Amino acid sequence: MNLIYAAGFSAIMAIGLYLLLSRHIIRMIYGVMLISASVNLVIFLAGRIGPNPPPVMMLGETMLADGSANPLPQALVLTAIVIGFSLVSFVVALALKTYRRLGTLDSRALNDAEALGSPFEPPRPGKARSDEERDS
Amino acid sequence: MMAGFSNAAVLWPVLVPIAASALCMMLWRAPRWQRAVHLAALALMLAASLLLLQTIGRHGVVALTFGGWGPPFGISFVADRLSAAMVAVTAALALAVGVYGLASTHRRQVRNGVYPLFLGMLAAVNGAFLTGDIFNLYVWFEIMLITALGLLVIDKSRAQLDGAMKYAILNLLSTLVFLLAIAILYGAAGTLNMADLARVVPDIGDSTALTVASALFLVGFGIKAGYFPMFFWLPASYHTMSIATLALFAGLLTKVGVYACFRVFTLMFAGGEALREAIAFMAAGTMVFGVFGAAVQWDVRRILSFHIISQIGYILLGLALGTAAAFAGAIFYIIHHIIVKANLFLIAGAMHRVSGTYDLRRCGGLMRSHPLLALLFAVPALSLAGIPPLSGFWAKFLVIDASFKADAAWLAAVGLFVGLLTIFSMSKIWIEAFWKRQPVERARSRAVPLPMVLGIGALALITVWIGIRPEMLMRYSDAAAASLVEPRSYIATTLDEASITAPAGGAP
Repeated sequence: MNLIYAAGFSAIMAIGLYLLLSRHIIRMIYGVMLISASVNLVIFLAGRIGPNPPPVMMLGETMLADGSANPLPQALVLTAIVIGFSLVSFVVALALKTYRRLGTLDSRALNDAEALGSPFEPPRPGKARSDEERDS
Repeated sequence: MMAGFSNAAVLWPVLVPIAASALCMMLWRAPRWQRAVHLAALALMLAASLLLLQTIGRHGVVALTFGGWGPPFGISFVADRLSAAMVAVTAALALAVGVYGLASTHRRQVRNGVYPLFLGMLAAVNGAFLTGDIFNLYVWFEIMLITALGLLVIDKSRAQLDGAMKYAILNLLSTLVFLLAIAILYGAAGTLNMADLARVVPDIGDSTALTVASALFLVGFGIKAGYFPMFFWLPASYHTMSIATLALFAGLLTKVGVYACFRVFTLMFAGGEALREAIAFMAAGTMVFGVFGAAVQWDVRRILSFHIISQIGYILLGLALGTAAAFAGAIFYIIHHIIVKANLFLIAGAMHRVSGTYDLRRCGGLMRSHPLLALLFAVPALSLAGIPPLSGFWAKFLVIDASFKADAAWLAAVGLFVGLLTIFSMSKIWIEAFWKRQPVERARSRAVPLPMVLGIGALALITVWIGIRPEMLMRYSDAAAASLVEPRSYIATTLDEASITAPAGGAP
């Protein structure tokens, strides 16, 4: 059974990695989301899933019944989902801002950071001061 | 919770910046108050970290477990000598950068929330240094990432958006790899407390899951720390930041990855025994490619960014050798490097202030116009290259001496060669910015503002002081390395809180 799960998770992760290799930022973000989903599933599987009774304690008991499900992975996955969600939202907002500012999301065309102090083109003295240098 | 005063010392270095960050957010519309709170918090954080250092000096290891759960189940904060030293250096650096920031932080950056983000990132860095729970470490990494991204795009310029995109995608990938490693480790060992893992993992024996997990840890932390085949995001994004932020990033963020590597590999994977050869090649690659990358650049910030990578290689060398002497050298190196590298970036900011550019081809004549700045540049630059009697000489000496003793002469040779090329880069900055005549005449000469001089001067003093009196730090890093090699007291103190009140004997 675990093998089937593992195959499924690795398929999701492979799709995520494939998307991550794309040149388009939005596809990369989809890739990160898919990998994140697959990692969350791995955490879930690491807690041993199966037909177990839910981890509920009756009033007065101090220990879980033998063989009940592991409650920890849920807490971990929940934390990971929340964190992943907030980061992905940030990156999507960043992508939107980038698109509005630079007019493209093709990573080949995004090279404003690389251009600073590049060894390949000598600086032109008359050139307007770049956006980055204006702030001081 | 009946935690004694000494245990609570673990908590303050994280609590102070978080509380101050929240307070700054409440004072969103009062920039002056924000600045006052931010400076007060940095001073308090330094006091808290010195208190922690003093507590560690008395007890060896201090631990605190939250939420009323017993140690392996509740989340623990643990400080040993290594983490206490990292926290102290963080606080000292943050205060210097905070003072420097008085002159370099713009009103627009304050309006965009630079202070809450700055303090939030410091809290995350300290949290990562102090946590004793591996999932909690992941959470601190993510807090660090989100605050770092906020700081990275604070000016919303084109270059920053471009750099932030590369930073975001690759660092997200790194934390996901780290999380995957945690999942697999949890599946194999059934616990997340690092001290408990250190107890359980050696009994599992040979297991594919553990090998895979350790390789994933190396990759996940490696992207964060900027190890050889995975460092490309760093020089692609760092140089776009505003300079005070950049100094803090350069000093601290990669070192958090390095620290996590040291912690995880010494506690759980017997010093990374299985991956030792791979780590050695990565260390050599990190040193060589970092320094070659720097050689062709013309932007001061990019030169220095590439140098972060090459210096990380020396620290990784300590992990690759795995002897106590090598760990001690690496710890010495980390502390030296945080101070020196951040200081070089601060000086780059001062150079930009007086010459109006970061491009070496367009500035010059600073030696004549600003002799004090030239002197202040010479201290960290020579220290980075490893010229005696500055701190970098002792750091390089310890690491290279350890590699000769561990029969890894080729690594020592790479280290020496890279040290030579470091001198090349530093002298390139020196010749172009300080010696060369000014290519464009400036109407009026600008002075370096006093807060900048104070911040740079304080860090330069620490560098010189370590250089002249290295014995104290050497003894300290020897003790820290001994507790990394033999983590008995770390494990005992974390798992058995009752033992904290008694002074931790046993391990050296």
